[in-house]
Amino acid sequence: MNIASDQADLADLVVARPEGLYCPAGDFHIDPWRPVERAVITHAHSDHARFGHRHYLASRAGANVLLSRLPGISLQTLAYGERIDLNGTTVSLHPAGHVLGSAQLRIEHRGRVWVASGDYKLDPDPTCDAFEPVRCDTFITESTFGLPIYRWDAPQTVFDGVDSWWRHNAAQGRASVLFCYSFGKAQRVLASVDAGIGPIFCHGAVEPLNRAYREAGVRLPPVRLVSEMPAKDKAAFRQALIVAPPSAQGSAWLKRFGDYSDAFASGWMRLRGARRRRGVDRGFVLSDHADWPGLQTAIHATGAERVIVTHGSVEPMVRWLREHGLEAGAFETQYGDDTVEADAAGADETAATGSVSFEPESVGKQNESADKDVTPVDPESSA
Amino acid sequence: MKRFAALYTALDATTSTHDKLEALTSYFAAAEPEDAAWASYFLAGGKPRQSVPTRLLSEIARERAGLPAWLFEESYHAVGDLAETIAHILPPAQRNSELGLTQWIEHRVLTLRGAAPEELRTRLINYWDELDWGGRFLLTKLIGGGFRVGVARQLVVRALAEVAGVDHKRIAQRMVGWTDSRQKPDAVRYLRLIAPEATSDDAQSGAPQHDSDLGLPYPFFLAHPLQADPATLGDPSQWQIEWKWDGIRAQLVKRGGRVWLWSRGEDLITDRFPEVAALGEALPEGFVIDGEILAWEPGASAPLPFARLQPRIARKTLTKKILADSPATLLAYDLLEAHGKDLRMTPLAERRAQLDALATTVDSTLARDLLRVSPLVSAPDWQALAALRDESRARGVEGLMVKERESMYGVGRTKASGTWWKWKIDPYAVDAVLVYAQRGHGRRASLYTDFTFAVWDEADGVRTLVPFAKAYSGLTDEEMRQVDAIVRKTTIEKFGPVRSVTPTLVFEIGFEGIQASPRHKSGVAVRFPRMLRWRTDKHIDDADTLAMLKGFIDDRAG
Repeated sequence: MNIASDQADLADLVVARPEGLYCPAGDFHIDPWRPVERAVITHAHSDHARFGHRHYLASRAGANVLLSRLPGISLQTLAYGERIDLNGTTVSLHPAGHVLGSAQLRIEHRGRVWVASGDYKLDPDPTCDAFEPVRCDTFITESTFGLPIYRWDAPQTVFDGVDSWWRHNAAQGRASVLFCYSFGKAQRVLASVDAGIGPIFCHGAVEPLNRAYREAGVRLPPVRLVSEMPAKDKAAFRQALIVAPPSAQGSAWLKRFGDYSDAFASGWMRLRGARRRRGVDRGFVLSDHADWPGLQTAIHATGAERVIVTHGSVEPMVRWLREHGLEAGAFETQYGDDTVEADAAGADETAATGSVSFEPESVGKQNESADKDVTPVDPESSA
Repeated sequence: MKRFAALYTALDATTSTHDKLEALTSYFAAAEPEDAAWASYFLAGGKPRQSVPTRLLSEIARERAGLPAWLFEESYHAVGDLAETIAHILPPAQRNSELGLTQWIEHRVLTLRGAAPEELRTRLINYWDELDWGGRFLLTKLIGGGFRVGVARQLVVRALAEVAGVDHKRIAQRMVGWTDSRQKPDAVRYLRLIAPEATSDDAQSGAPQHDSDLGLPYPFFLAHPLQADPATLGDPSQWQIEWKWDGIRAQLVKRGGRVWLWSRGEDLITDRFPEVAALGEALPEGFVIDGEILAWEPGASAPLPFARLQPRIARKTLTKKILADSPATLLAYDLLEAHGKDLRMTPLAERRAQLDALATTVDSTLARDLLRVSPLVSAPDWQALAALRDESRARGVEGLMVKERESMYGVGRTKASGTWWKWKIDPYAVDAVLVYAQRGHGRRASLYTDFTFAVWDEADGVRTLVPFAKAYSGLTDEEMRQVDAIVRKTTIEKFGPVRSVTPTLVFEIGFEGIQASPRHKSGVAVRFPRMLRWRTDKHIDDADTLAMLKGFIDDRAG
């Protein structure tokens, strides 16, 4: 035995590198933002899943969605809970409850266990597997809504609110336009509203994700594309719910619905200020991230003694955890951002509408633009 | 309480006037009169006095939520509103309360005032435990001061008019003084407010049947900003033109041998201005004058700046010194009631003639001495008027008022009965550098939108940036987002909620007035500063200097 090998044993299983989070023992990256040799992807939102890596490893449940957004990548998939060996580390993926296919990454090496959460939520969601607490020594957690002001109502309460808004509008003969992120939130909304109230339409950016979800076996109600209707036919939308990405707000596209009421579904809608800035008739507080109590529950359930916070309200969460006797620190990452405003939903659509070329040689070009686009984005968006 | 909280939440949740009106009418249609009385009081702008000190309120809430002070503070800065922060952090409700609004207000809210901290603690926690999010937010707003509802008074009037089936102008008339805190809203007063038939205080009569309504003013008629070329208004002779005074808009009411002075916010300010009250005493019975209270030294050619009036409003007791430092006068410009007769449907030119006559023929010499009428400005054409308007600063006024000679005295900002225009001079403007940023409140919560601006001080041969004004309004939402992002990227240091930033951004800052002020580091105090535009074309070296800013003060004196 020597001191050097002791130190190697105690070395961190995950460290922050300029290109992304990195596991030195297993020689792979986790959701890296610059091109790497091997990337483990927690979920397909585009601040976590980017073009340009040589090999991808992700959950089988999310394969459809990931390939629809990053077509042509070299992808290996794992069933939830399935273990594989990567350079002497044991690696497995476990449901994170965030969106379809989202996973926490468990890494075991010489008796120590680290878990990287990616993004997660504890609330039930009919479109993805429920969050599964994984015991570990060190937990790398998100903290998008890491302030005690963020507490979600039960999802059913929120959807009851959406239903009654829609029903009220339908009774008045006006369309209900609901803005939400195309990937994840849109499908969760579709699967949860009362489809008996009226017809449901969606924006072109939402449909490719619906297709990927359906192919993965998620049940969604019948949905038509807005573009299927004749351009002048406003009557078709009078009783309808229209699901659109946030970027559609304020665009000429909305003119075709005639009289409409609009709403935005996001955890940020918890704050009145954010809701008023958004300038919609209604804000529904619906998030795919854990709220403050949810973050505490999840962290506690891992039994971890050390917690590393990646994005969101990092400083308050770190200080809070330290005051509660945990060893806590932070990783600087390019996931999410603490600004409420940024939402690069435009990029979301580029990926979702399938305008990305399948030709391998074009992948390099995609990388370049992805590299330049290092601006952090709304943590709830997929862009 | 539950229903009013639901209404409050509904009004807050929507930006649509139509939906707000719908929420209001369905509330009033179903509410008990005693609850509706309180509800309409709050909706019309009535404010309960703060009954729990802010510090104690925060402390009780954060203890209840089990949060350390720093995290409460952090949360507050993210939310930008204390009551909202408290509503967010409290643990879920334990019980359900069916108590009505009146019970809540009269037995719970109003009785909190002056209670011992321990009692407050027990009671507040109990109350919070009975309420959902909306109820907690409302309750905390009510007891913490700063309560307001996002609904225009006009909309409340319309809703009440619809429910009562009464003309909305009549309701508006009855609602004047409704939020006067000396009277408790109750079912009797509410039923009178929405009574279908004309009550004697509606119009044409200066003798209201209820003593408490005797001193009520009329709803103020408000002017619109003139943005078009004045030439579009046609022949200037069709317009009555006056200076736009920068004081406190007020109505002086003399009825039943008593005098009331009301501000535009419908606060009773009689005791704040004994000189004006003395004028009222000297007036004959049944007169109501509309005008502007100004600080004006006897014999001076121009009024004192508005800031000199502030101690008259702000200080609890008016000392001899304050009275002497800011002598007040009412500059009359309209006559709304004469000998008990409502003149509001009489054309302005005729009202003005009666006002002039009153000033010269009134029996009391005291009134003749005290009653000053706002002088008329005349010139052959708009060009000449524009030239006069350019003299505004030297005259201590804000521009010109242009009132249709045939106009009736309408209610609020209506154009239905003839229009009043305010033709204001452009504000002072300087290019200044953003040096500190703080997160905003309300619709700017969480964003860095409240800024401190600096100009260059070139004294002693060294150029340094000296802060001189804070401003938060004037940017579009898109610009707010962009500036917020830059603030985050260029932060040098954080001091609590405030960040100092590397100076890179230049804004044109407009303001209405400027005064020398030894209390400010820059030596000047400006009035109503706001951002006119973001000068993306300017480098910080191009920003203006303190010397230039101080030059405005000298211009004014000249």
